[in-house]
Amino acid sequence: MLNVLILLIALSLMLTLIRFIKGPTLADRVVAFDSMSIIATSLLVVLSFYFNKSLYLDLAFVFGLMGFIGTVVFAKFLDKEL
Amino acid sequence: MLTIIGYIFGFLGVVLFFISALGLLRMPDTLTRMQAATKASTLGSLLIILSIACFMPQWSLKLIVLGMFILITNPISSSILSMSAYKRFKKNVYNTSGADALKGEES
Repeated sequence: MLNVLILLIALSLMLTLIRFIKGPTLADRVVAFDSMSIIATSLLVVLSFYFNKSLYLDLAFVFGLMGFIGTVVFAKFLDKEL
Repeated sequence: MLTIIGYIFGFLGVVLFFISALGLLRMPDTLTRMQAATKASTLGSLLIILSIACFMPQWSLKLIVLGMFILITNPISSSILSMSAYKRFKKNVYNTSGADALKGEES
């Protein structure tokens, strides 16, 4: 049952990766990257229950922080060319 | 009993993730893709965190901190991203009604 849950999350991660590869502009790629980081954070939360290790929750927190900082930096780069 | 509630929340979250990924593929424009992606993925990640909190109640403090973090940071990043995408790629905006509420705000 939990395998099906992990497989469906990975399927939606794959569908987001298609938009990340063939996005026409840079803004589409940044939107796809934001969505991918949130989906991967949830995948790490489910994997922490699957492997029964509480360490992966800290990993998920750091991954969410890195995704937020990366999205903000790329958005500022789109705005003002840094 | 708590396990069944956890599976229900988990599959609702996965359905929201799938809807957001499908909208990200099918929508015609950057801003509408963002509208499909961010809302559904916020609610989906909160539902999946809630389901893991139903499975493992002794981890709920870390999960609450993670959920509050996602709930705070996701609107900030999406609002900054939408503003800069509007300013940079204005001619790509899919606009059939002719309305443009941000017309005067250049710079």
